[in-house]
Amino acid sequence: MGGATETFYSVIRRQGMTRRSFHKFCSLTAASLGLGPLAASSIANALETKPRLPVIWLHGLECTCCSESFIRSAHPLIKDALLSMISLDYDDTIMAAAGLQAEAILEETRAKYRGRYVLAVEGNPPLNEGGMFCIDGGKPFVEKLRSMAEESMAIIAWGTCASWGCVQAAKPNPTGAAPIDKVITNKPIMKVPGCPPIAEVMSGLVTFITTFGELPELDRQGRPSMFYSERIHDKCYRRSHFDAGQFVEEWDDKYARKGYCLYKMGCKGPTTYNACSALRWNGGVSFPIQSGHGCFGCSEDGFWDKGSFYDRLTTIKQFGIEENADQIGMAAAGVVGLTVAAHAAVTAVKRLTHKPDRAAHKSKPS
Amino acid sequence: MFGNDMLDRARKLFAAVDAKPTERSIGIAISYAPVRLWHWVNAAAILMLSLTGYVIGTGTPAMSGEASGNFLFGYIRFAHFSAGYVLSIGFLLRIYWALIGTAHAMQIFWVPLWRKCFWREVYHEIRRYAFLTVEPERRVGPNRLAQLAMFFMFTQTITFMVVTGFALYGQGAGTDSWQYKLFGWVFSISPNSQDVHTWHHLGLWVIVTFALVHIYAVVREDSCRAGASLL
Ligand code: HEM
Ligand code: HEM
Ligand code: SF4
Ligand code: SF4
Repeated sequence: MGGATETFYSVIRRQGMTRRSFHKFCSLTAASLGLGPLAASSIANALETKPRLPVIWLHGLECTCCSESFIRSAHPLIKDALLSMISLDYDDTIMAAAGLQAEAILEETRAKYRGRYVLAVEGNPPLNEGGMFCIDGGKPFVEKLRSMAEESMAIIAWGTCASWGCVQAAKPNPTGAAPIDKVITNKPIMKVPGCPPIAEVMSGLVTFITTFGELPELDRQGRPSMFYSERIHDKCYRRSHFDAGQFVEEWDDKYARKGYCLYKMGCKGPTTYNACSALRWNGGVSFPIQSGHGCFGCSEDGFWDKGSFYDRLTTIKQFGIEENADQIGMAAAGVVGLTVAAHAAVTAVKRLTHKPDRAAHKSKPS
Repeated sequence: MFGNDMLDRARKLFAAVDAKPTERSIGIAISYAPVRLWHWVNAAAILMLSLTGYVIGTGTPAMSGEASGNFLFGYIRFAHFSAGYVLSIGFLLRIYWALIGTAHAMQIFWVPLWRKCFWREVYHEIRRYAFLTVEPERRVGPNRLAQLAMFFMFTQTITFMVVTGFALYGQGAGTDSWQYKLFGWVFSISPNSQDVHTWHHLGLWVIVTFALVHIYAVVREDSCRAGASLL
């Protein structure tokens, strides 16, 4: 590990990156974060002068799709720059060190950069049975998470696992998998949900934090506003078909071929905050809706437990059988309607047979 | 305290109403004019909201032609939101009227569940609807069963629909809109707005069920009882 005055710039120069590439990286980053043209030079300046911010990347219960996404950032510069920066510290999936040597890095960073390192968490800790469903370095992962979180400056919750729980937390959740904000409550946590999050979102955020030494502005759910303030639906290129009332009815109908809106096919775009429809995937090649399939809300809380991916609304299970809102509502209204009809019938019969009563009643003042 | 004053006044007025159930001099006709007006604006808005809401939930059959030449779903949603504003503003005015009007105007917001005589009257109404007696207990204002239904199925549901409706509206209007600032807290309780859609959709059926029972009850009342008037 370098000395305290080591800068990000000196690190990437040592990795063989040219100054020209460095400046390209800065302008690319500024653009991807939606910052103004002047930001590129302030990013460059910060990276050249500020001490490098170490990043520790932990893995709990997860599938590594976040890492997979991350290393596929569109621009090779971003990938190289960030990877060299991160692998210098700790990421047990992609770093060179292993075993005791790797664990030693954790302790060293924790002690040396107390309160000055960023903890990035991919996956989440299972809490049942004392956390024994995820053992990492001979200890339950939840312990490692707690101890590394304690001395960190801020925490990044990568993906839907760390942010919301994801499939390992699906009912009945036997391992007790829980999003990390259930375990860590005294540190700023930035949630970057998505299964996985978009590569450019991830690299953009890491660069923002390492550059400015703080978390970007977060929304009500703890997500960075710069990437999560709009729904898929708000920037979807099929939106004009939605407004026109042109919907796909079946997967292979002529409307599907015409590229109509996938609302009726259960598209969750109207309820999903993510940047897919703006940034797209794989370097801007496409995104699920462009490929003909509705969004299934992978960046939203509980998306794995809400019923079919092809229903817009949540399946309601409280009534014993699985129903949707319309089935339940119509059944209730139907029962009440029948009751009303029966009551009306009885009223009519009573009236015919109880004429005197009614006359008596009518004569009183009302 | 404003709140306490209000409640005190309501209690006194209730006492007055209870003491003189057939007395017409407490200004019912005057105080009911705005409520009647509100009633029909409200019912029209709800009809519009229910129809357009149902279509928003199911989607329209595909329109032919270019997307640029159609705006059907956009208009349906626009109608829903406009009726939503009418309903909400009307509801606010109705609350205002409840605060300044007579005790009757309070009844859909105020159910004295803790009063013994309230339950006696409810019991009486249940007997009446079960054909065990013919005399209505109260002659003025809605009967106690109707009041219960109005409070629990109408007032509560409409409040819920307005809150969730504007929260959903805020999502479309953007996180810096006033709708989101005012109602965005809904998503702190229910982070995934898919659930908010689902609950908002269920609310439709609660309202439909209420309307069914309500309309039946008033029609029945009208044909069984000389003094009651539909409009
Ligand atoms: C009696 C009152 C109301 C009823 C019965 C009603 C009914 C509905 C229904 C059934 C839906 C479709 C839900 C879904 O399946 O996703 C809906 C959507 C919606 N409603 Fe309402 N609603 C009412 C009041 C309101 C109010 C007061 C507002 C506020 C402006 C509002 C705003 C919305 C919005 C923004 C949507 C979502 C539209 C979209 O996703 O395109 N609603 N409503
Ligand atoms: C054919 C349609 C309808 C008729 C004939 C009708 C008739 C009436 C009548 C006569 C009253 C007065 C009861 C009383 O004060 O003793 C009343 C009150 C009320 N109705 Fe309706 N109604 C209709 C539709 C609706 C609908 C669709 C709704 C809303 C879902 C509704 C909501 C209410 C409410 C909340 C009250 C209480 C008013 C108050 O005291 O503030 N009505 N209705
Ligand atoms: S395809 Fe989905 S996200 Fe796109 S407009 Fe239709 S409902 Fe919205
Ligand atoms: S389109 Fe929806 S489901 Fe697909 S990656 Fe984006 S947020 Fe996830």
